[in-house]
Amino acid sequence: MIRIDSVTKRYPDGTVAVDRLSLEIPDRSITVLVGPSGCGKTTTLRMINRMVEPSEGRILLDGVDIMQQPVNTLRRSMGYVIQNAGLFQHRTIVDNIATVPRMLGWGKDVARSRARELMERVGLDASLAKRYPYQLSGGQQQRVGVARALAADPPVLLMDEPFSAVDPVVRKGLQDELLRIQEELGKTIVFVTHDIDEAVKLGTMVAVMRTGGRLAQFAPPAELLSNPADDFVEDFLGADRGIRRLSFFPSAGLELLTTPIVAVDATAEQIAARGSADVPYLLVTDLDGRPLGWSEPRDLTAGQIEPERLLPYGRPFVAERDSLRAALDGAVLSPTGWAVAVDGEGRAAGVVSQQTIGEAIRGAHAAAPVDAKAGR
Amino acid sequence: MNGLFDLPSDLQNSYWGLIALHLREAMIPVLAGLLVALPIAQLCVRLRWLYPPVLWVTTVLYAIPSLAFFVVLIDYTGLSETTVMIPLAVYSLVVFVPAIVDGVRSVPRETLDAATAMGFGPVRRYVQVQLPIAAPAIIAGLRVASVSSISLVSVGMLIGNQGALGNLLNSGMIYNQPRLIWLSVVGTAVLAIVVDAVLIGLRILVTPWMPRGTRKNARPIALKDAAR
Ligand SMILES: Nc1ncnc2c1ncn2[C@@H]1O[C@H](COP(=O)(O)OP(=O)(O)OP(=O)(O)O)[C@@H](O)[C@H]1O
Ligand SMILES: [Mg+2]
Repeated sequence: MIRIDSVTKRYPDGTVAVDRLSLEIPDRSITVLVGPSGCGKTTTLRMINRMVEPSEGRILLDGVDIMQQPVNTLRRSMGYVIQNAGLFQHRTIVDNIATVPRMLGWGKDVARSRARELMERVGLDASLAKRYPYQLSGGQQQRVGVARALAADPPVLLMDEPFSAVDPVVRKGLQDELLRIQEELGKTIVFVTHDIDEAVKLGTMVAVMRTGGRLAQFAPPAELLSNPADDFVEDFLGADRGIRRLSFFPSAGLELLTTPIVAVDATAEQIAARGSADVPYLLVTDLDGRPLGWSEPRDLTAGQIEPERLLPYGRPFVAERDSLRAALDGAVLSPTGWAVAVDGEGRAAGVVSQQTIGEAIRGAHAAAPVDAKAGR
Repeated sequence: MNGLFDLPSDLQNSYWGLIALHLREAMIPVLAGLLVALPIAQLCVRLRWLYPPVLWVTTVLYAIPSLAFFVVLIDYTGLSETTVMIPLAVYSLVVFVPAIVDGVRSVPRETLDAATAMGFGPVRRYVQVQLPIAAPAIIAGLRVASVSSISLVSVGMLIGNQGALGNLLNSGMIYNQPRLIWLSVVGTAVLAIVVDAVLIGLRILVTPWMPRGTRKNARPIALKDAAR
């Protein structure tokens, strides 16, 4: 565990970048430092690997003051990932990744095969191994940066806005990849960002910092969204924190209706029997059970159902796995106001109305803040 | 004395011998200048305030005519090759110091941070990260310094025929043989071109990591050359 104990950083010009900050960073989980520009996130992160020395206070790693270790030994036990990756432009991708193992005295071949193994782990094609950084896209470079930080298998990973220079689609890919890698490796990660959505998505614990380098709140994301400590945190979370909080409520409890579903080859009797007063629409699926679209029962003629003329069904959510946010999103996007739930293979598992989702949300709010890791 | 490349016997050397001598007299000072410039430049990178005065000093040294250097040096090193090479080495600093400083400074901040964060000490970081990335700029400086040095060696003829190919200029005038003057001028020019080409080859060899197309940007700073 990393313990930041009442640490202050005053730069020579008098700027107080971090002000009496105390944090307990739990092992084998992602702790996110988030806050507006200039609030001291980078300074805090760099104090952990001693690129910046605290003016007051101390930082303990597994109970031992980090000042007790030789500085370069400490740094080699912590991977560091930054914006724009900071790759060595004069070295190939494998050699970039193999840097720390080589410094630790590993043989060239061992270090390189380790590097190739890591390329696979972070989702880089092996054919890129012999390339130079300029031949890679920003997203690929960032993956190399992550692989390089992981190369010597350090227990701690420090990440300073690693994904902020890439476009949103690539960023989402990198975030998902990080969560996946973290699931396999269980590092102690300290992650800096100024993007609250990223913080909520990645963090097991989130530390919100305010300008002047002070801690505003330190809590799991679900709690942050439900109980912001003050106006600053509430402001920082943004207007739609209610909606975002739904990410932490599982959809598993939703009652799915399977009656109003017919296959595209349905008979007249089936169409008649499945329509009811409660459900004004029927969901039509293909022969495999995948949703095609909605229709009012009276517009359906047995044997002549034309998929192109059906109403769109919005974006389905995966039953049991996705959150209430995804379910609500599906209902809002569907012109009928009903959300479609699918199973892992994309086959319709049931449908659910906005109203039912609304009730589930009210029920979830009434219960205590839900387990932080439920359905992202 | 009839062949194209035959030389008067008082030169005590064949044409090829003179070319080899010329190359040595030109390149040893350049390499010495590079070795001296490396630590000076590193100091200038570390202590920013030092850079402007150091640049100023190298420029002033460059402005001193080689003859003035010779007059002073002859008392110590005599009418020797060394007397010719010392000023050449001094002149090369005006090219090398800024080339190395700018090259080292061009290393991106985040690359340096990444190196520090991975546990590179200052020396390792300089040798393994900063110098290799500065290599194109340094080699660009090397090209300017080499070509300039090759042209400057000829003045050595003023102190007892220490000017290698330059000595032919003198002989050409004494014996009234334009052929010798041509041999000197063309030989010097070809030598300069060949050395420059070799250095270009060297740069391509050591920088496979540079994006194509930007390689040309490493073109040397305009050749400051004066008649001395
Ligand atoms: N070397 C330095 N000397 C003086 N002041 C500094 C130095 N580095 C940072 N600061 C100041 O300390 C404060 C915190 O800087 P820091 O880089 O930690 O912020 P940050 O939260 O990482 O911001 P950003 O999101 O913009 O990266 C800022 O006011 C900054 O201007
Ligand atoms: Mg920062």
